[in-house]
Amino acid sequence: MGEAVARFWREIPQRYNFMGNKCGSCERIFFPPREACPFCRRKSMGKMQEVQLTGKGEVVTYTIIHVGPEEFEEQVPYPIAIIKLEEGPQITGQIVDCSIDDIHIGLKVESTFRRIQAEGYTGAIYYGYKFKKCE
Amino acid sequence: MEEVGIVSYGANIPRYRIKTEEIASVWGKDGRSISEGLGISEKSVPSVDQDTATISVEAARAALKRCAINPKDIGAIYIGSESHPYAVKPTGTIVGEAIGATPDLMVADFEFACKAGTAAIQTCMGLVLSGMIRYGLAIGADTSQAAPGDALEYSAAAGGAAFIIGKDQIVARINHTCSFTTDTPDFWRRAERKYPSHGGRFTGAPAYFKHITSCAANMMNHMGTKPDDYDYAVFHQPNGKFPIAVAQKLGFSFEQIKQGLIVSFIGNTYSGASPIGLSSVLDVAKPGDRIFVTSYGSGAGSDSFDLTVTDAIKDLKRKNAPSIAQMVADKEYISYGVYAKITDLLYWE
Ligand SMILES: [Zn+2]
Repeated sequence: MGEAVARFWREIPQRYNFMGNKCGSCERIFFPPREACPFCRRKSMGKMQEVQLTGKGEVVTYTIIHVGPEEFEEQVPYPIAIIKLEEGPQITGQIVDCSIDDIHIGLKVESTFRRIQAEGYTGAIYYGYKFKKCE
Repeated sequence: MEEVGIVSYGANIPRYRIKTEEIASVWGKDGRSISEGLGISEKSVPSVDQDTATISVEAARAALKRCAINPKDIGAIYIGSESHPYAVKPTGTIVGEAIGATPDLMVADFEFACKAGTAAIQTCMGLVLSGMIRYGLAIGADTSQAAPGDALEYSAAAGGAAFIIGKDQIVARINHTCSFTTDTPDFWRRAERKYPSHGGRFTGAPAYFKHITSCAANMMNHMGTKPDDYDYAVFHQPNGKFPIAVAQKLGFSFEQIKQGLIVSFIGNTYSGASPIGLSSVLDVAKPGDRIFVTSYGSGAGSDSFDLTVTDAIKDLKRKNAPSIAQMVADKEYISYGVYAKITDLLYWE
């Protein structure tokens, strides 16, 4: 349990605020942030810069989860989508506040701050981003 | 004295609603008469992934979207709630991190039943006026729960609002604030218990009405004003009946309280109630409008505010975040079964 708390704590900048990074050599943007650019490798060493992303993007594809992991059982059926962020990176995220019939490829979404999971009734609560339809 | 006031504001109301009649039907009660008696037709319900921290973050981000201040200039965050997600571990640190205001700031969580959010506004005013901080963020938010079958189950709802308090670019100047506080056991929740208890009929006259009317009368005495001098009035709204009755008692008309009376559509948002009412007024306010606010928190106390809307409201990008009316309209109804599942009624301590 302690290790999960520590990992979550380290990831707070990306989970709360979409802090990604950019390779100073080829300008590619990464989210979640990477230690080094997989394209430039050694050339990117020491040149990775933090970049604040907007958390806005578009649904590339999605699926409806009917049998979820234990902590998500209460939420089924719920959509999980691959989202292409405005800045380029593609990430997986849950879509909320949207009826399943409204979800489609190309749907514009923005991030919303939600509870991601809690360790039972006594453990830590983890927060982070999910996505909702753009107004 | 230097001026202090609201620089920006934002709110958040969860999207799920359950109708009073749906709850009543489970308990074999007459839903229509309960709905009419309480003046509440439906209430907001948080999803499993929403709590006071997520509502506070979304409200604070909405406030920041409407203005141009740098979150690093926020020197204090105080969050008033009776449903902080942790008993020990502050909600304010989560909000501070999520809006990019950390680490050089003061943070604490407040608790004073339904008025902890307005108490947070007063604290920020003091710190701003003393020059200790440039901006303060005051939030009132709750995801209140009531025991299944309890009378409060029809009203206990979720929502919140955030106010950035400062000295420059004020959209609503706070002319004065005062409080009225006594030790009155009208409503409480013991440490480590899930659901609150209340003093039944005791919650009316000696609690809600006495504190609000005394505090409001003191305010108008201090300011030399009368109800007619205000364009809008907002009173704490535990149900749809009390704020109308207390307004009448004080001499305010229904027209003055209508814009800030949100409880009928979303239920009692506790610490969020007066702040959401004030947000709804700010959604439509024009320069020169004068606003009267009096909150109420069980236990018991009231905080009164006298505000004047300034010309700067025209520069506030109100459209950058949804209005209260938009959030009230954006909803999805759920059954009592789904309500029981997502609000954890099936777990018994
Ligand atoms: Zn590169």
